[in-house]
Amino acid sequence: MRLAIVNAHVIDPANQTDDIGNLYIDAGRIVALGRAPEGFQADHEIDANGLLLCPGLIDLSARPREPGLEHKATIASETRAAATQGITTLCCPPDTHPIIDTPAVARLIRQRAELAGHARILPLGALTQSLQNLQLSEMAALKAAGCPAVQSTQPITNTAILRNAMLYAATHDLTVFLPPYDHYLSHEGSAHEGAIATRLGLPGIPEAAETAAVARDIALAEQTGARIHFARLSTAHAVRMVARARFDGIRVSADVAIANLFFTDMDVEDYDATYHVSPPLRTQNDRNGLRDGIAQGAISAICSDHQPHDDDAKLAPFSATEIGMSSMELLLPLTLRLVDEGVLSRSDAIARLTSGPAAVLGQDIGNLSIGKLADLCLIDPDEVWTFRREHMLSSGNNAPCHDWEFRGRVKLTLLAGQPVYNTLEPALTGNTL
Amino acid sequence: MNLQIDKSGRLKHFLSIDGLSEQILTDILNTGESFASVPEQSVKKVPLLRGKTIVNLFFEASTRTRTTFELAAKRLSADVLNINISTSAAVKGESLLDTLRNLEAMHVDMFVVRHCNSGAAHFVARHVQPHVSVINAGDGRHAHPTQAMLDMFTIRRHKPDFKKLRVAIVGDILHSRVARSQIMALNLLGAAEVRVVAPLSLLPTRLDSLGVHAYTNLQEGLRNVDVVIMLRLQKERMQNALLPSEHEYFQQYGLTEQKLSVAHPDAIVMHPGPINRGVEMDSRVADGPRSVVLQQVSHGIAIRMAVMSMAMRSQASEDEA
Repeated sequence: MRLAIVNAHVIDPANQTDDIGNLYIDAGRIVALGRAPEGFQADHEIDANGLLLCPGLIDLSARPREPGLEHKATIASETRAAATQGITTLCCPPDTHPIIDTPAVARLIRQRAELAGHARILPLGALTQSLQNLQLSEMAALKAAGCPAVQSTQPITNTAILRNAMLYAATHDLTVFLPPYDHYLSHEGSAHEGAIATRLGLPGIPEAAETAAVARDIALAEQTGARIHFARLSTAHAVRMVARARFDGIRVSADVAIANLFFTDMDVEDYDATYHVSPPLRTQNDRNGLRDGIAQGAISAICSDHQPHDDDAKLAPFSATEIGMSSMELLLPLTLRLVDEGVLSRSDAIARLTSGPAAVLGQDIGNLSIGKLADLCLIDPDEVWTFRREHMLSSGNNAPCHDWEFRGRVKLTLLAGQPVYNTLEPALTGNTL
Repeated sequence: MNLQIDKSGRLKHFLSIDGLSEQILTDILNTGESFASVPEQSVKKVPLLRGKTIVNLFFEASTRTRTTFELAAKRLSADVLNINISTSAAVKGESLLDTLRNLEAMHVDMFVVRHCNSGAAHFVARHVQPHVSVINAGDGRHAHPTQAMLDMFTIRRHKPDFKKLRVAIVGDILHSRVARSQIMALNLLGAAEVRVVAPLSLLPTRLDSLGVHAYTNLQEGLRNVDVVIMLRLQKERMQNALLPSEHEYFQQYGLTEQKLSVAHPDAIVMHPGPINRGVEMDSRVADGPRSVVLQQVSHGIAIRMAVMSMAMRSQASEDEA
């Protein structure tokens, strides 16, 4: 099928495009920008006047809960939710059941996503076997099975093992995703160590839980030359440390969960388990520091850190509840709100959801270059709508922002040129909702 | 919205001092006074809660608190059920909510809850049926409001004017729900100064936000105070490297008559019990003339009667409406 999208406001940060233009698709790939190729006859033309055309968004961390926790959510349910948000690629952390430490599990996840047909899933391989932080996983095999990076989901307390893991991952040119917190300073805590936790009697997680780990890991990255990525920063102090390391040429990157850009420990005030997340929501000052980090580029990516839960998971006293928010359907709405709040430009915001995460993964995706698969989305930047939990497509209702009003909404998502979400063009056929 | 207060401004649940008014605290103390004479009468019961069922739902071991709650309920003529979950359902994987629902089906009017997680009593209060009241008997490090109120009651009997009081709370503030509730109650009742005394490893961060002055030296912390409250020290604090030894703790923070000499000559000494003699306090102080430790225990019954009857009064008024 040949598709033309004309008069769109194209935002393609990887190619420094932020202008009105046209885009032409043939057989699922982008074949031209600006002017149609010689003899191009579109089967369908979309007049995208007033709409933003962006590369499909890349979410560096979303847990579809499959395999292993299908009572919470499935690959089909969560990728379908992703499609409505313009997310065409999501990275699944390795702590599935079974763990992504063999090529078979990595392939299974990719294939289930292909079968569902809503979005791609890039499985992140386990850095160590069974995520036990003792023996290295077979990283070459995981890479061959489609893992763009390897991840440790729990802090590696043995520094020698971490150093070896970095060296081995660097051998295979794999980014190492690391949890930026010290095990001993954080494992008993459930909220930011500060005035709120003191008053509520919640065991605290000090700022140093993050800064101590970040300092150590940057030192190891500098010495090993490995490419490391801090998965979810939460403190202003750590943002400055990462910015400094990047300035010094150390191969380090970082992301932030969208929740930490909006909420603080004040939101924990009522023991509302929706806000029981890891890393914890910290102070206003930290939130502002994280915002500075994404504005100035010290933080490369904003991710959803999507963790859908069944209702029971949050029905317990705060510390006893499972961590995480169902936040994939808030990733773009809240990121666009950052633009409205003047935190960063629209094109920078889109960069943190496309070219930024692509660079972290070391993959040539998240751009609208000619020859690329047509993973993209059209956004109406002016549509005002209200977010309601009961309207969510994710199987997890554990989302914040109930009843918030947002500006900007995805109208069409294409995955390899096929519409996977479409409220724009009824005539455009495909796998629409 | 304040979970603890009903539409007419009465105490519905008693979960924490935080969020209550000075007036309600004073009401609790005054109601406690009216019950304080009950144990001295030959018939120790009043019929206020006849026909009501109260469940003591304890997810953590406790002797003193549970016993005084039980006695308080019985003296109000309620039927009391004691359930210790630490050894039963929780081990079998039954959730707190399931336990609650099952008990609720037996037509319970009030839950007295102790749980190791901060916020547990709030959680229970949020999920019980509207006619049920919840009393917090200690949740994690968060609150132990009836203990704080019986302490306020004891203080007021000796020192009627809170506005003039300097109070020092000594010991493991970090892990203490008792200290948090005491600090809030003292500040709400207008105490002139609240101090906490502990090594830095046992002090939570941002204590200033609670309105206290922190001291690491016991002598300085006790200077001119009117009330000394000693906290219990758990043995596991040594294992977690928060303290070197009980011996050194006693040397630095243990209360002796000599260390007490810098306090106001009329100062009283309190402890929520049970005392580790020779760790928090020398026996000569614990059993000495300034110690009001045993009064605290008997006041515990009066205060718990007060809180239970006030919460039930809220139920009764809601029933009428």
